[in-house]
Amino acid sequence: MDYEKIERSAARRARAGKAVTYFLLTLWAIAVLFPFYWMVLTSVKSYGAYNSEWVPQLYTLSPTLQNYSDAFTQVPLGGYFLNTIVFTVATTAMMLVVTVLAAFAFARLNFRGRDLAFTLFLSLMMIPSELVVITNFVTITNWNLRNTFLGLILPSVTSVFYIYLLKENFAQIPDELYYAAKVDGTSDLKYLLKVMIPICRPTIITITILKVIECWNSYIWPRLITDDQAYFLVSNGIQEIRENGFGRENIPAMMAAVVVISLPLIVLFLIFRKKIMAGVSRGGVKG
Amino acid sequence: MKVTLQHLTKTYPSRNKKQPQEVVAVNDFTFEIPDGKLIGLLGPSGCGKSTTLNLLSGLQKPTGGRIFFGDDDVTDLPPEHRGVGLVFQNYALYPHLTVKQNITFPLENRKGKDKLTRQQMSDMALEAAKLVQIDTLMDRKPSELSGGQQQRVAIARALVKMPRVLLLDEPLSNLDARLRLQTREEIRRIQRSTGITTVFVTHDQEEAMSISDLIVVMKDGVVQQTGRPQEVYDSPANLFVAKFLGNPPINVFDGSVKGQVLYIGEEAVLEVPGVEDQSVTAAVRPEGFVLSDTGALTCSLTGVEVMGRDISVISTHPNSRNAAIRSIIAAENAVRDAETVRFDLKKNKVFLFRREDGARILF
Amino acid sequence: MEKNNPKGWLYLLPAAAFLGFFLVYPLLDVFVYSLEEGYNFASQTYWGVGSYNYAYVLHDPYFLQALKNTFILVIITVPLSTGLALLISLGLSSIGKLRELYQTVYFLPYVTNTLAVGLVFMILFKQTPYTDGLANLILSRFGLGPVDFIGGPYWAKMFVLCFYTVWVVMPFKILILTGALASVDQTYYNAAKVDGTGRLRTFTRITLPMISPSLFYLVITGFIGAFKAYSDAVALFGTDLNAAGMNTIVGYIYDMLYGDSGGYPSYASAAAMLLFAIVLTITCINLLVSKKHVHY
Repeated sequence: MDYEKIERSAARRARAGKAVTYFLLTLWAIAVLFPFYWMVLTSVKSYGAYNSEWVPQLYTLSPTLQNYSDAFTQVPLGGYFLNTIVFTVATTAMMLVVTVLAAFAFARLNFRGRDLAFTLFLSLMMIPSELVVITNFVTITNWNLRNTFLGLILPSVTSVFYIYLLKENFAQIPDELYYAAKVDGTSDLKYLLKVMIPICRPTIITITILKVIECWNSYIWPRLITDDQAYFLVSNGIQEIRENGFGRENIPAMMAAVVVISLPLIVLFLIFRKKIMAGVSRGGVKG
Repeated sequence: MKVTLQHLTKTYPSRNKKQPQEVVAVNDFTFEIPDGKLIGLLGPSGCGKSTTLNLLSGLQKPTGGRIFFGDDDVTDLPPEHRGVGLVFQNYALYPHLTVKQNITFPLENRKGKDKLTRQQMSDMALEAAKLVQIDTLMDRKPSELSGGQQQRVAIARALVKMPRVLLLDEPLSNLDARLRLQTREEIRRIQRSTGITTVFVTHDQEEAMSISDLIVVMKDGVVQQTGRPQEVYDSPANLFVAKFLGNPPINVFDGSVKGQVLYIGEEAVLEVPGVEDQSVTAAVRPEGFVLSDTGALTCSLTGVEVMGRDISVISTHPNSRNAAIRSIIAAENAVRDAETVRFDLKKNKVFLFRREDGARILF
Repeated sequence: MEKNNPKGWLYLLPAAAFLGFFLVYPLLDVFVYSLEEGYNFASQTYWGVGSYNYAYVLHDPYFLQALKNTFILVIITVPLSTGLALLISLGLSSIGKLRELYQTVYFLPYVTNTLAVGLVFMILFKQTPYTDGLANLILSRFGLGPVDFIGGPYWAKMFVLCFYTVWVVMPFKILILTGALASVDQTYYNAAKVDGTGRLRTFTRITLPMISPSLFYLVITGFIGAFKAYSDAVALFGTDLNAAGMNTIVGYIYDMLYGDSGGYPSYASAAAMLLFAIVLTITCINLLVSKKHVHY
């Protein structure tokens, strides 16, 4: 055996492998980042400059913030933004209350039929939202809740998956804590608020963030249930801007709106990166 | 296959950015493993024994020094070209493959002229399986085997490719006490019958002593002592080795030598010819105590544990560094119910060490 | 401890009410709707019960177009995105430095608004009177083009839709697969290395079987997700997908329900039931296949 040859070829192969790996990874990183770069770049090009570029320029030397002010003045982007915040906060808050109570009942309280109820709950996870959206649309329409926040929020509140996630977490808290609290005369509700919620704070934060992302990006339901611009959220708002906004095709202003819409979640992601990724890998699927 | 380690050193860059100090896992390890012997690498966790094993297998590269298998310098050779068999602590059996597939796995890697036919592989696998007595379990999955059986499969997988050197990483630590005893005999038998030079790593001194031809005691990356197990036990090179080997552990006292006599407290307990006057650390093996009404060392008795063949006398002494002094006495000796107990010391069971660095003082 | 605490139901009530009203009842109702023939939304009356709605939907050229589009999308994007994600995850798990940075970057599409970023893709690929767009600029370098990917030939539109769909679903797949790869015990690889196992063999004989549960999970969720594609298409081609010839099954359902051609909840229900049946069938097939090939 020629040891030196083996050594050298092994080292060479390892180096070449590394280089190819980094090259491919960087390629995909560019594919991911480029649309974001293009969006920001286009949003700071002036309308005139953008439209005179037969060959799109990869940079600009005269950035302008005009498009951002256009986005807020010429189309009701501020309104969409505010609506989305109201919708997100209200939906998430209601979801939290409902989820915590249900998870508590399943994890901690003993009542007849609990296990059967939980099995039924789990089976609900399989129901595709596309099926139920039709009846919900009819229901909300019949209740005259079209173009109201209530109509937007109510069907979006519950998520079986989050109840399941929190219930699993609650169930890990040792029973002794509950018995000790009972001996001390603590009520169930107080035990939930003072003991269980603080202990399971990380999970609660995770489901909150996931719900916020879900709300911020929701498109189908808002689109179905609102046709009055005063109640548009950012998703159907941007679609409206694309099809009817700005009078003519003002792409830079449109991109400014896209930046404004995308920014909050990106900031949220950069802050809670680890939590979001851990939460998503535990079972969040986009859509 | 003779294995030679020359000044083997492995350092890791520091993880802590504030203290850019290197971590030395193995420091200047020089040793020659004679052909066909079973070597126990012994030490507390973090002493560098597993790193040494990984350097031998080629999974890690040394930062300094050379490794020879026979006359071949294998220092920079990737693991697959070294011809080593490695048994992992958790066995690393592929859970989706059967026992037979696990054992033939290394053989299927051969290419070119070394390529084997299915029949050859099957025969070799059966042979290896027979050696470790699992030839009836060939079609099971690892999850259907007991811990001891899994261990045997792992050994068979390492042996099937006729390695030049067999490496075992804590092979017994995942087994229960009874199986451990049985399996270590088994390892000894397999090693004897194959004659493959074998290195195994353990933190259990009893395990190492019971089956090794030679043991290497390590601490903080530095080899403390090498030798035949009984030699090392009977003549530890320093206080660490003395404390590490033996169960129950050795009893350590603060003492001093005046006029070639060892004093513990105020009592003169042993003549130590040729030792200069100084403060020393004296260590006495549990079997080094002889019960005697006129004994030189007086201790306060705390209890007696009857163990059948022997009794274990537990006592305390103000100069003892152990919380309790444990001495093993033949069961014929009755311990009187009293507050104190007196011992004479057997000379060959008492070791003296320098107070400042723990080095052995011979007498 | 008391065994029966009926107060439990009280805590459960809000969740049960919401789910009952907006999930369970609609599920039953949609089935009823799909069988009510000639349902009139305004008067809420119908004149019969039967399978007419299904027959109508199955003969509607728009539905058939949507069906075709969806199937093409599924068949292209699911294997492509899963394979690509596997490749990238393998790359990620083999590097030490910069790994977290890459992971963070790769996850970005997950937290962005599909509609909003879709617009960026649209302008990158769209041909307008003012510019051919960046994609065509690159194509022209190879002497190809220009093609209008947004308003042009079918294959070009399908290409952009697939490209964008893959871009959107990659973060989740990469995340799951890097997690799965990281959970494979390193000692298996060490064992393989000592035995001289080549890279390819290590991958096919050790890595792949070990991560097969995650891989099949991704394939199953990938199929389900791709069959429900809709927002991506809207982002690229606008809300009138029928006109663009790029509608999907879900898009067809919503268009039937509401929009320019809307007002027919019965047809929408029938289409939704059909979609559900397709997804269920594909998932069952997937599960049967995985029973044979996945090692747990």
